[in-house]
Amino acid sequence: MQSFIGFLQKEFYHIFRDRRTAMILFGMPLIQLLLFGFAIRNEIQDVKLGVYDQSRDTVTKEIIDKFASSGYFVLSRELQSQHEIEEAFSAGNITEALVFEPGFAERLQRDGKANVQVITDGSNPNVSRIVSGYTAAVLQDYRNSSLQRAGTEAGVVPVPLMMFNPELKSVDLFVPGLMALILMLVSALMTSISITREKENGTMEVLLVSSLRPAQIIIGKVVPYFLLSFINVVTIITVASLVFGVPCRGSILLLLLESLLYIVTALSLGIFISSITSSQQVAMMIALGGLLLPTILLSGFIFPIASMPLPLRVISNLIPARWYLIIVRSIMLKGAGFSYIWKETLVLVVMSTVLMAASIKKFKIRLQ
Amino acid sequence: MRTIRFILQKEFLQIFRNRGMLPIIFVMPFIQLIILSYAATFDVSRVPFNLQQRDHSATAQRLAEKFTSSGYFNLTGYSFSDRESQSELVARRADLVLVIPSNFERDLVTTGHAPVQLMINAEDGFSAGVIQTYANEIVGNFNRDELKLLIPGGEVEAVGEIGILSSNWYNPELKYTHYMVPGIIVILVTLIGLFLSGMNVVREREIGTIDQINVTPIKRYQFITGKLLPFWIIGLGELSVGLVIARFLFHVPMLGSYWLVYLVAGIYLLVVLGMGLLISTVTETQQQAMFIAWFFMVIFTLLSGLFTSIESMPHWAQTMTLFNPVRHFVDIMRRVMLKGSGVTEIARPLSILTAYAAVMLALAVNRYRKVSE
Repeated sequence: MQSFIGFLQKEFYHIFRDRRTAMILFGMPLIQLLLFGFAIRNEIQDVKLGVYDQSRDTVTKEIIDKFASSGYFVLSRELQSQHEIEEAFSAGNITEALVFEPGFAERLQRDGKANVQVITDGSNPNVSRIVSGYTAAVLQDYRNSSLQRAGTEAGVVPVPLMMFNPELKSVDLFVPGLMALILMLVSALMTSISITREKENGTMEVLLVSSLRPAQIIIGKVVPYFLLSFINVVTIITVASLVFGVPCRGSILLLLLESLLYIVTALSLGIFISSITSSQQVAMMIALGGLLLPTILLSGFIFPIASMPLPLRVISNLIPARWYLIIVRSIMLKGAGFSYIWKETLVLVVMSTVLMAASIKKFKIRLQ
Repeated sequence: MRTIRFILQKEFLQIFRNRGMLPIIFVMPFIQLIILSYAATFDVSRVPFNLQQRDHSATAQRLAEKFTSSGYFNLTGYSFSDRESQSELVARRADLVLVIPSNFERDLVTTGHAPVQLMINAEDGFSAGVIQTYANEIVGNFNRDELKLLIPGGEVEAVGEIGILSSNWYNPELKYTHYMVPGIIVILVTLIGLFLSGMNVVREREIGTIDQINVTPIKRYQFITGKLLPFWIIGLGELSVGLVIARFLFHVPMLGSYWLVYLVAGIYLLVVLGMGLLISTVTETQQQAMFIAWFFMVIFTLLSGLFTSIESMPHWAQTMTLFNPVRHFVDIMRRVMLKGSGVTEIARPLSILTAYAAVMLALAVNRYRKVSE
């Protein structure tokens, strides 16, 4: 036990005497969260709209006014022909074009249906989809108000109730995702080189001839980083709620505990990488190159997992961030208690245990 | 020239004899490219759906059936109170709860209209909007088909319907793979380039072998060239494999010219490698170098417009992305591959990259000192 405490002490010195690294460890996650929290959104302001109105009647005028006053769209120009639409798109003057068919109002009256063509630039499907969504909303809105005017609010009327995020702010969606991403990357990175570094510097021999057992060495490597990450967790949660106003409807204590569990998973993953690699370079490449894109893409941070093809939905189960993300969103946005998230918590516990056990088992007590 | 050749030889040997590193450089990126390119999609489908039906009339039943048979929604259960419904939403067993109130049919027949409530999980505002559109569509169909039967003589559709005909130019089926693959190739090439070069010099310093080089008559530019060239070649190699995968596995069109892509890639890699070397020369340990490289890599990736569009960022962030080389290369790759842009169309991002490359290389050469402290 005495030697273990001594070992812990050594690890702490390692971290704190390297001022630059310590500063990086605390400063960078904070800067990143602030930066991305403001920059990563999926609302699009001022969509540049081109209108080709072949009908020019009162109804199309009303609809166009509806678009202009919706807050999403800016009328960028009136177009006169199909050809002009093409030009406007390739010059980047418009993001969306609306084409009203000739005799719009008349058809609407006579046939009960009239068509408007919505053209978007599919080479950016993200923008394309969002803009189409706005368009559908504005048209729906127009229809609702004309129904009301007609006084025949007829039939079944759906009344939507947007739960958990009534203003549909993407901040509330993305900030928890950023927390998951940043904590994962920074924690895994920290421990990934901790053992390989000793191997590479040749100080491993000293550890191996000491009375420390593999489990003690592994745990001793994780503990200091755990305490450091704790500070990161606290700052990140504080920034999320104070700066970005993400509500925390559930228990903050639960959120904190779950975050600490997640940190342990990330640190264990790092230490596992460290125990199977032989040089810092390899360890860091795996921790960075191997985690960055999968964590962004398969955690459900930006792209919903439910709509991925089956093999990817299966693979995504291996990504710790996926589970943590569910937990954070449930606690913060939905105010969920532990009974709703115990499964996800259990997955993280199992992951940490397996990774830890594997690292201890993989830890070689002989030099090669 | 001979000196440079020797450094080159040394660097290549070092890379190819490092067994642990080889699969990371030459296998991992492509596995990621193949798997992850399929991950990106915003399609909202199989929405889990819960039904709170307080009216058990035939009409309510038919409305509920319209929802379950629509193909958009996947009925996962029933709830019997708002409390229960909410708890289904919290437990993620449903993203939509349809509440059909009691006396639904009676109200509909007597007054001509009746509300139903849609409780939508709006954590993700965009998906919530899509779910709402689906639901409105179903209710609209219901009104058209069923109401005439229910309310004799009542003209229900006094207001006409506006049909939306959508078309998406340049990528009619909104194929995300076409959009993602060029971007992911860029990220992977950057990742490998930045980390290899970023760790290189600092590693020699940490291990102590830098002193052996410092006591030779190698000139600064020779040293930098010798360090950069191997990674430059590897980067272009990675890009080539990526393009082959894009072409034959994902069938991403290549409307522009490959020469142009390589020309841009050549310049782009100088930016990345120059940045890596700069990081490597100003840091003391591999750990520090790694953290700084990581910091920039994450920023470059998330602010590249690859996952969320640049258009949705606030203006100051949009301006900031002009300093993001990844953004420009992703942009160029997409334009050349999907729209067939030529040199004139990409002149602006290309000139930014060129200027960037010049600055980075100058800084890297300038910061490298043969004197150890």
